[in-house]
Amino acid sequence: MSIRILFFATIADVTGRREMELEAPAQADVASIYARLAQEFPGLESRRASVLCAVNFEFARPDSPVRDGDEVAFFPPVSGG
Amino acid sequence: MFRLVNDPIDAASLRSGFAGPQDGAAAIFEGIVRNHARGKRVRYLEYQAYEPMALDKLAEIGAHARKEFAIRDIAIVHRLGRLDPGECSVAIMVVAAHRAAAFDACRYAIDAIKKIVPIWKKEFYEDGEIWVEGPT
Repeated sequence: MSIRILFFATIADVTGRREMELEAPAQADVASIYARLAQEFPGLESRRASVLCAVNFEFARPDSPVRDGDEVAFFPPVSGG
Repeated sequence: MFRLVNDPIDAASLRSGFAGPQDGAAAIFEGIVRNHARGKRVRYLEYQAYEPMALDKLAEIGAHARKEFAIRDIAIVHRLGRLDPGECSVAIMVVAAHRAAAFDACRYAIDAIKKIVPIWKKEFYEDGEIWVEGPT
């Protein structure tokens, strides 16, 4: 299945890009997607504990399921306002 | 009304057409770009947003404020892109029959923005820049 991945702020600095497409096996969840990305971008590994994730514009947890066509965003704690 | 904008925010013009004769109070909060942070002089900031989710979350904060406090309406505008010190980064306007609810809802909204709205601030100093992580 195909997933759209977005990165923001420091996470985008680590990956060197703002977005990408990822082919992932069915039965994926946020944690397994992040683990795959960390293989491609090793700098992500040390950020595992603090990174936040949204699936289709809603905050998600490591065990939240990811389905074909989903948009999955990874970003640091927010600092707007 | 919930918006992300790239142009300067004019908080005074937000008020016109928003507050009406039924409102006894209009509370306006403006977040301003400070010229110093972490003991350094800040030259300018850049705000980046995950725009569709940020708009969803602003609307969610507004809906919660209307449910939780005795207010008539709330508007939030957040600026994105490059901002110089002294410029308005976020404006919140709450109109209500009475002042207590207006103040309370305004305070709730800015605190919630700093926790759940996917917007990030990069501070540019004389000698480098950093992404700020988490509320300040």
